[in-house]
Amino acid sequence: MALPTYATTGQRIGYYTFLTYCGLVFFFLIAPIFVILPLSFSASPFFEFTREFMNFEPEAWSLRWYRQMVGISSIGDTTVVTDKWMLGTRNSFIIGIAATFLATALGTVAALGLSRRNMPFKGTIMAILISPMIVPLIITSAGMFFFYSKIGLTHTYLGLILAHTALGTPFVVITVTATLTGFDTNLIRASQSLGADTMRTFFKVIMPLILPGVISGALFAFITSFDEVVVVMFVGSVEQITIPKQMWAGLRQETSPVILCMATCLVFLSIALLTTVELLRRRSERLRGIKLQN
Amino acid sequence: MNETITGPILTTDGIPLKVSLQKSEKRNKIRAFLLVVPLLAFILVTFLIPIGDMLLRSVDDSYINTVFPKTFKEYEKWDRQGLPSEELYKTMFFEVKESEGYAIGKASTRMNYAKSGWKSLLKKSKRKFKKIEEGPYKEQMIAIDKKWADMEYWKAIGVMVDATTAGYYLNAVDLKYNVDKDVVWQKENRRIYNQTWVKTFKVSILVMFFCLMLGYPISYLLSTLPLKYSNLLMICVLLPFWTSLLVRTVAWMVMLQQKGVFNNLLVMSHIISDENRFALMYNETATIIVMTQILLPFMVLPLYSVMKTISPNYMRAALNLGASPLHAFWKVYMPNSIPGISAGCMLVFILAIGYYITPELVGGKDGQMIGNWIAYHLKTTLNWGLCAALGAILLGVLTVLYWVYNKLVGIENIKLG
Repeated sequence: MALPTYATTGQRIGYYTFLTYCGLVFFFLIAPIFVILPLSFSASPFFEFTREFMNFEPEAWSLRWYRQMVGISSIGDTTVVTDKWMLGTRNSFIIGIAATFLATALGTVAALGLSRRNMPFKGTIMAILISPMIVPLIITSAGMFFFYSKIGLTHTYLGLILAHTALGTPFVVITVTATLTGFDTNLIRASQSLGADTMRTFFKVIMPLILPGVISGALFAFITSFDEVVVVMFVGSVEQITIPKQMWAGLRQETSPVILCMATCLVFLSIALLTTVELLRRRSERLRGIKLQN
Repeated sequence: MNETITGPILTTDGIPLKVSLQKSEKRNKIRAFLLVVPLLAFILVTFLIPIGDMLLRSVDDSYINTVFPKTFKEYEKWDRQGLPSEELYKTMFFEVKESEGYAIGKASTRMNYAKSGWKSLLKKSKRKFKKIEEGPYKEQMIAIDKKWADMEYWKAIGVMVDATTAGYYLNAVDLKYNVDKDVVWQKENRRIYNQTWVKTFKVSILVMFFCLMLGYPISYLLSTLPLKYSNLLMICVLLPFWTSLLVRTVAWMVMLQQKGVFNNLLVMSHIISDENRFALMYNETATIIVMTQILLPFMVLPLYSVMKTISPNYMRAALNLGASPLHAFWKVYMPNSIPGISAGCMLVFILAIGYYITPELVGGKDGQMIGNWIAYHLKTTLNWGLCAALGAILLGVLTVLYWVYNKLVGIENIKLG
C-alpha cells in the first residue's frame, strides 16, 4: 500500500506515523531476542551491559560461560567439569525426538481420518484432539502428576515422552489437516483403480503430497517438547534434567550467565527450524499450485 | 416406504441401491473413525483421564472416612447439643490409638482445614493415648487436652462426615464452611483467591487488548505489502513464536531489570536520573509486558489470514464515494476484519488466562495469577483438594471459552504460521 503521488501532507504524516508505529511493534517483537546474543559473550557474572563491555574492552568479553556450558569451568587453577547442561541437552533431545516420532505418527494418521468426508462427530473429536494445546500446562501437569504416579510413570523417561507426545499431537493434527484441505481425493481413487493397495497408495501417493505438512507438524511437536518445562518439573525427577528445566533452576536460584549462552544456542535452533518450516510451506504451496494449474 | 411402481433400484447383486449405498457409507465412516481411534485413545489415557482424575480430587473427602469409620458412624447419633457420649469418646480413642501414625497425620491435615487446632490435638493425643489402658475415656481425654471438651471441635467433624465435599470449591472463592456447615466468608486476612481471580481476568484482558492494539496495525501492514516484503517481516512475527518461552522470558529480564537495557538507555539519554530507575521487573507491569510480547504472534496470525482476504477495492470504493480515510476504515475495513479480531482475541485470552511460567519468573508478588496458586498448592502446601478445585474452576471457564471459540472460529482454523 504505497502512498500515491497525489497524497496530501496530512496523508503523508499519517502514513509515516503508521509505518513508524509498525516499526516499533516489530522492534518490540524481535529486540528482546537479539539482546541476549551479545550479552552471552560478556565476562560479567550479571545480566547487564557493563560500560567496559560496551566499549569493546577485550577483558570484558569472554567465552567463559560457553566453556562452562559445555562442561569445562575453572575455579582458580583447577578445572572443574560440570556436565549438567550437556546432560540436559542429551535428555532434551532423547525425549524430544521420541515424542516427535510418536506424535507425528499418531497425529498424521488421525488427520487422515479427520479429513475424510464422512468422519462422524468430526467437530467434537477435533476439539478433543486439540485440547492439549488449550488446557493450561499447570493443569495438565497437575493431572499427570497425580495419575502417572498411580501407574508408576513419574520419574521415568517413558512418562515424560508420553506426556510430551500428548502435548505435541495437536500441532501435527492442525498442520496435516491444513495440508489435506484441497487434497484431490481422485488421486487416491486413481491409484487404487490402477491396482495399488492401501499401504502403497499411502506411501507413494498421499505421503509425498502431505510430507511438507507432516514435517512442519513434526518440527512443531519437537519444539513444543524441547521448550516444555512445567510437565518436566512435576512428572520428571532430578535425573530427568532437560535444558528448560536447567534454565528454570538457573533463573530461580543462581542466575548464572550460562543461561544466556544456552538461550543463544536455542535462538539459533529456532531460526533453523523456522527457516525449514518456511521453506517447506513454500514448497507445499508450489506443489498445490501446480496441481491447480493442471 | 419407497414404493414406486418399478420398485427400488437394484445393484447388479440384486440388493437395493439405497441399502448398498448405506452399507458402503457406514463402512467408510467406520474406516475414517478407525484412523482416529489410536490418537483418541492415546489422548484419553495420557491426557484426559489424568485431568479427570485430578478434578475428582476437588470433591473427594473419602480418605478421612477410612481413618475414622467407627467414630463417624457413632457421630451420627450425637445430637450436637451437649458434649458427646462416652461411647463416641471411646471409639475416637481407639481409632486414634490403633491407627497408623501416617494415616492420622494425613487425616489431621484435612481436619485442620475444617477447624484449625485438630492437627496439634491429634498429634499430642496420639502420643499420650498409649499410656491410657482402661476407661472411662472421656475424662482422661479431656485431662490430656481441654480441646476434647470443646464443642467446636466435635461439631467440625460434621463437615467431614460425607465422602464428598464442596469445601474446596468454597475455599477457591474465599468462602468456607464453619463448624455448623454454614457457608461463611474466610477471615479478612485469608481472602486471597477472589482478588487473584479478578487479577487473572484483568491481566488476561489487558494482554488481549494490548495484543490487539499492537497486532492490528502490523497485520494490516503485512497483508497489504507485496509478498516478498511481507514474507520477510513475517519472520519477525514467527521467530518469537518459535523461540523458547524461557529464552524470551530471560531476554525480558535482561531488558527490564533495574540495571537492564531499558533503564540504562533512559539514564544514558538523561530522561531519568540514576536513582529513579523504573521498577519494571517483578510486578504486574512486567507480567503484562512480557505476556503481550509472548502472545502477540497468536493475535497477528489469525488477523493476517483474515485481512489477506479483504479486497483493497472495498476501501478504494469507500474513499471514492467521499468517505474520509478514518470513516472508511471504521465503516468498511474494520467490520470486514471482525472474524480475525474475534479469533485472535479469543485465542490470546484463552492462552493468557492459564499462564504460569511467565508470572512466576517476572511477576514478583503482585503479578501472580491463578496458575501460580495452583502450582503453589501442588508442590508447596500439598493441599491437593484446593489445587484441584482452583484448576476445575479455571478449566470450567476455559471450556466455555473454547466452546465459543469453536463455534465462532472453528478449532481447525487455528493458524500456526
